[in-house]
Amino acid sequence: MADKFDEASQKELSKFLENEQAQARVQSTIHQLTSTCWDKCITGTPASSFSKSERGCLENCVDRFLDTSLFLINKIQEQRDASFSG
Amino acid sequence: MSFFGGSSTPTASTPDMVAKKEALMNQIKSETALMNAQELINKTNEKCFAKCVLKPSSSLTSSEQNCLTNCLGRYMEAFTIVSRAYTTRLAKEIRHEPSSL
Repeated sequence: MADKFDEASQKELSKFLENEQAQARVQSTIHQLTSTCWDKCITGTPASSFSKSERGCLENCVDRFLDTSLFLINKIQEQRDASFSG
Repeated sequence: MSFFGGSSTPTASTPDMVAKKEALMNQIKSETALMNAQELINKTNEKCFAKCVLKPSSSLTSSEQNCLTNCLGRYMEAFTIVSRAYTTRLAKEIRHEPSSL
């Protein structure tokens, strides 16, 4: 069987795979964020369009979720550092 | 190719292998897209069922169907809004602080 890719093709394929996997990870995060933000922001019965506040909430939700993540990581680091020096 | 007489199997990029490579890439791309669509459909189903079918009866009422139709559109819209917000943030983080996300 000669159906083995040459070295250049293998490199190209692994680069391609890496890229696709990175994209898939981003997509999966977006699915998760959509789910979280939907639960948070859409409290009533879905209408034919979003209300102003629903839309605003969805737009802010992602940034605040990520801010929360960074904030908590910082806090945990601070606490860890404090417990090391104390 | 064969007139080089070499027995080393991994030949350089023959048209055949290029086609194989491209077929593989396309297959991966379409499978990823399919998984993505399935995930979106599953999530929409879960969210809209929760929102619209409060007390399952012997069939979907017309107001439930109405709600489901709206919900489908809104969930897709929410996905687009979140997607835009996330990629914007991602780009910003990469520009300012490459290591933070």
